[in-house]
Amino acid sequence: MFRLLITRVVLGLLTLFAISILIFAATEMLPGDVASAVLGQGATPETLAAFRLELGLDRPAYIRYLEWFTGVLQGDLGVSLTNKRDILESIAPRFGNTMFLAGFAALIAVPVSVGLGILAAINEGKWIDRVANIVSLATISVPEFFIAYVLILYFAVKHRWFPSLATVFPDMAFSTKLYVTALPAITLTLLVTAHMLRMTRSSVLAIMSQPYIEMAFLKGLPRARVIMRHALPNAAAPIIAVIALNLAYLIVGVVVIEVVFVYPGMGQYMVDGVTKRDLPVVQACGLVFASAFIILNTIADILGILVNPRLRKRNTGH
Amino acid sequence: MKIFGYKPTLSAWVGIFIVTFFLVLAIFAPWIAPYGEAETVGRTFGRSSAEFWLGNDNIGRDILSRIIYGARTTIGVALVTTILSFTIGTIAGLMAVVGGPVIDQILSRFVDIMLSIPLLVFALIVLSMFGSSIPTLIMTIAILDSTRVFRLARAVSMNIAVLEYVEVAKLRGEGLWWVMRKEILPNALPPMISEFGLRFCFNFLFVAGLSFLGLGIQPPLADWGGMVRDSGKAISFGLPAPLWPAMAIALMTIGVNLIVDWILSINARPSGASAEM
Repeated sequence: MFRLLITRVVLGLLTLFAISILIFAATEMLPGDVASAVLGQGATPETLAAFRLELGLDRPAYIRYLEWFTGVLQGDLGVSLTNKRDILESIAPRFGNTMFLAGFAALIAVPVSVGLGILAAINEGKWIDRVANIVSLATISVPEFFIAYVLILYFAVKHRWFPSLATVFPDMAFSTKLYVTALPAITLTLLVTAHMLRMTRSSVLAIMSQPYIEMAFLKGLPRARVIMRHALPNAAAPIIAVIALNLAYLIVGVVVIEVVFVYPGMGQYMVDGVTKRDLPVVQACGLVFASAFIILNTIADILGILVNPRLRKRNTGH
Repeated sequence: MKIFGYKPTLSAWVGIFIVTFFLVLAIFAPWIAPYGEAETVGRTFGRSSAEFWLGNDNIGRDILSRIIYGARTTIGVALVTTILSFTIGTIAGLMAVVGGPVIDQILSRFVDIMLSIPLLVFALIVLSMFGSSIPTLIMTIAILDSTRVFRLARAVSMNIAVLEYVEVAKLRGEGLWWVMRKEILPNALPPMISEFGLRFCFNFLFVAGLSFLGLGIQPPLADWGGMVRDSGKAISFGLPAPLWPAMAIALMTIGVNLIVDWILSINARPSGASAEM
């Protein structure tokens, strides 16, 4: 099992490395080069040449990649093209904000969705299962901003329980911060809960068709006990994988939600960067998002390996 | 009534009705819409009235007309993207199966890397360089999405490629392209059709999402995601302006999903070629 874990971690690192190449190489695919793409048609040859020099485009691509990559490893993400600020300094507080929002949503979403998923599986075919099924299908099919605006209209405009804009400051009290971010967090929760609930339900039900579950039923155990004692431990690995995948989705799905609620997070920063065609910012944000995604997926796999009783046994020489 | 020899269920009928409704809107937009696409006809954020059924948007355009015109761009772009992504993905998937282990390894590893980071991040990086015009938008999403199609096409044709009749065709001396087109593709189609619906939904939501972020279809063209963005501020005055286009997006996705569910339930029957999918 130890070897399996090491392989997984190495694989994760390799993927990260490959992604960094891909993100960098994307800028090299341009028909002209970055300078002419960013400055557009109206640029004079002189400004173009000066901009190329500033970007270091006179040197070969692999050298620029190595510089960029070693810079990233040392925590230097470069400077923004538009306002010349250090990107790391701009990203750090925004990354914190995004993680805060995603974490807030995850804290509500994970217990609720796993609980409801198991509940739906226990009551398969009964009304609670059907309601969960229909509601989660509906939330999956609608765009994020639809849910967000409906919540704003109802909770912020009609009833004025929550603010419609999630403006946070660094020195805000924790409780105020929770209050202000409540609506975006609820929106995110609804989004991921639907996915997690459905996948939890189906992975529990997939286990339920196994022979040893039938055996447990034939022993005369009640359904709830069979699920809690026999099915759940085996369904844990897929459920954990689903949770991690959805947490990864949370961090990215946050982009649209941040724009709706004007929340100062990474997503807004990246979208701003794209609008202004600020490539270093976009690359840095892309790399951070991708890393978060890959790290969460790797953690999911590792937990999956640790939790799976069959994989654990292989180590004890069975 | 039957469609392709199968009787649609009630929910399938609802789906078919919704999708047909939007398609008719899209095709006959200039004849149905009461006002022009980019015409300022009323007050900013005017309330809904007999004149403007759904009210006006941020610069006084008629929301209903823009939703009708928006059906064209939003559904059109998503549809073209999905068709393109399926063409690329299916050809690559079949190539991986028929073309031997080296091609398979190269394509599969590349797709693995592409799948390991979220589409949105990739799309944002590409759009930041190329800017967002409709052709770039379509190409970007199609190529990114084709990685998902590749996975399925490869898995489905893997199962078919080992069957006797494919072997026979190869022994007969048929070329690679012929085997792909005549032996594998027709048998891989049933599961791919329902996947087409799902990928369409995904691309549709994706285009709408990008437009909402201001990075998709650009004004003055009407499109549902962009309309939500335009009227977003109206929500704080308690006006439902951004909800109408958002609701159109939601309805369309639900409609397609209902049809896909029905197709899946047909395929799940024992006679379906996709029973093992």
